[in-house]
Amino acid sequence: MPYKPIDFFGIDELYHPEELLIRQSVRSFVDTEVIPIIEDSFEKADFHFDLIPKMAELGLFGITIPEEYGGIGANYTSYGLAMQELERGDSGIRSFASVQNSLVMYPINKYGSEEIKKRWLPKLAKGEAIGCFGLTEPDHGSNPGGMITNAVETADSYILNGAKMWITNGTIADIAVVWAKLNGEVCGFLVEKGMKGFTAPEMTGKHSLRASITSELVFQDVEIPKINKLNIKGLKGPLSCLTQARYGIAYGVIGAAMAVYDSALDYSLSRIQFGRPIAGFQLTQEKLVNMFTEISKAQLVAYRLGRLKDDDRATSHQVSFAKRNNVEIALNCCRIAREIHGANGIVNEYNVMRHAANLESVKTYEGTHEIHTLILGEHLTGIPAYQ
Amino acid sequence: MNILVCISRVPDTASRVIVGSDGKTIDPQGIKYIVNPYDEIALEEGLRLREKNGGTVTALTVGGESSKEQLRTALAMGVDSAVIVKTDSSFDSFFVANNISEYAKSINPDIILLGKQSVDFDSLQVPSILGELLGLPSVSVVTKLAIEGNTVTAEREIEGGKEVVETSLPCIISAQKGLNDPRYPKLPDIMKAKSKPIEEKDAVNSDERVTVMGIEIPLKKRAGIILGGEDKDIDEVVRLLHEESKVI
Ligand SMILES: Cc1cc2nc3c(=O)[nH]c(=O)nc-3n(C[C@H](O)[C@H](O)[C@H](O)COP(=O)(O)OP(=O)(O)OC[C@H]3O[C@@H](n4cnc5c(N)ncnc54)[C@H](O)[C@@H]3O)c2cc1C
Repeated sequence: MPYKPIDFFGIDELYHPEELLIRQSVRSFVDTEVIPIIEDSFEKADFHFDLIPKMAELGLFGITIPEEYGGIGANYTSYGLAMQELERGDSGIRSFASVQNSLVMYPINKYGSEEIKKRWLPKLAKGEAIGCFGLTEPDHGSNPGGMITNAVETADSYILNGAKMWITNGTIADIAVVWAKLNGEVCGFLVEKGMKGFTAPEMTGKHSLRASITSELVFQDVEIPKINKLNIKGLKGPLSCLTQARYGIAYGVIGAAMAVYDSALDYSLSRIQFGRPIAGFQLTQEKLVNMFTEISKAQLVAYRLGRLKDDDRATSHQVSFAKRNNVEIALNCCRIAREIHGANGIVNEYNVMRHAANLESVKTYEGTHEIHTLILGEHLTGIPAYQ
Repeated sequence: MNILVCISRVPDTASRVIVGSDGKTIDPQGIKYIVNPYDEIALEEGLRLREKNGGTVTALTVGGESSKEQLRTALAMGVDSAVIVKTDSSFDSFFVANNISEYAKSINPDIILLGKQSVDFDSLQVPSILGELLGLPSVSVVTKLAIEGNTVTAEREIEGGKEVVETSLPCIISAQKGLNDPRYPKLPDIMKAKSKPIEEKDAVNSDERVTVMGIEIPLKKRAGIILGGEDKDIDEVVRLLHEESKVI
């Protein structure tokens, strides 16, 4: 069955032709390169490395980065649509692209010196270098400000000590954007693969995002040249990157939601029980309508947020709203789709359980659902409730 | 090699088509338009011929202003130039073929590639009318194409089998599924295509040879066949899949 995305409110009419072309290209890419291999890749927790040059060739790394640094120079709406299509394939593949674009290329472009930008961005765009983003620590997840990884300045370098955990792409990264405290303030450092004292063992045993590599980063007296320090101080550095990535997630998860909805709709029309398609039962129809409604609402939120971002007017609160809402509805869609598929909902012949498992990570990373609730709660009341 | 590929704007086959209030046209409201899928195959073949032999690929469409969108897709896929022969009125296959022919005379292409049919009206006429108008050999429904020097060998689909024909350049080829898998444009090419020029020409008018009297949505569902679970039923399913729907 060909994929039938939802566009109940004619949002496509609001997209520019090149945005739609980008979406279409990424959709075709996912159809030919991701969907045929992804269940196997997920089951075996075997990341398909050949996807990296293919994604790079399509132009999926550095979508919003200027062309002079090897990027595409497209707008945020295009970036969002690309993430949506990738996540229709798998949240793990989308995560790879989110990290490369928003958590690695974005901070290098924004906070790196000209020399650093020229050295890294073109390689990252071509997929010749892979990046990762190290903020979370074993004992500091939702509260990154409490991090203990620290840097000490010497005459001509910084010495980094500490450990990061849950780092997407860590083991395979050529460059890690690592956040550490320097004189008590959060600063960003570029740690290169092969630097003495730096290791990145892979974490195993995940039941979620199995087609994505997650790692620890360990720093033991790693000497980092001065030029590798990013030009930003304080938690706003990493948070600005997270705002980019969260925006991409808000779009991305709509792809996963539409994938499971599409499968559920097809299934409900072809599955016969009591002599008729289960789609004919009121309870099933309500489930389909609920998914359809929430997806349509999420699309409108994402569309508007994208346009605000393109005008440089989106606030981090709006991004929190969209990430929180859209991940939640996508996860709910998975649960409903799972029910509609009956027993078939749990097997890998259908995409539902994989998307459901993946989205559990997505709900937690990039600010947990609860933390986004607190961010919005503070926004409404003026009272921070984190501590 | 001077390659001309003709493309048309058609409703996405996934769109739900509604007949307009005049009973003769499709209501464009809510319809997504795409490059005719067979034309995409023609575009791909044109690009491959250029990659192999050098030269240029020109994409041409006959249609209204909105057809420029489909030319942008062709530019993003990699054609060198794009031309729209503009008309605001409705048109038939002869009108299209006649306008392609007029344009082709101005650039003398070595080969003209088109889809075997447009998935909107499915007339399957343009490639053949064009052959007549230009006095060129026209090979239709081609699934395999090989060009050595001036010699063109094409495999075409015929009822229940295939036929291999030989002709020579310049010629007209209409593409059928299977000829190739069209590429999808890369993001940098999509961005570059945004600012490439599209040449505009006015259409040459011709009398309507075919007039649409009305269009209707088929209401009847296709009759299904219900079989049981016995061995003979399974044999029948296999036979139907093999002989009727030809999917296995
Ligand atoms: C697959 C995967 C990939 C990841 N990739 C990266 C990466 O590339 N880089 C990176 O830096 N990190 C990454 N992370 C880490 C992720 O960002 C953290 O897991 C997340 O921030 C939550 O931290 P935690 O797991 O320590 O949970 P905790 O912070 O311990 O939270 C546990 C629970 O308590 C709740 N909670 C915490 N504080 C409060 C509060 N004040 N009020 C109410 N509830 C609260 C949380 O919402 C959560 O439900 C990844 C995680 C996963 C699972």
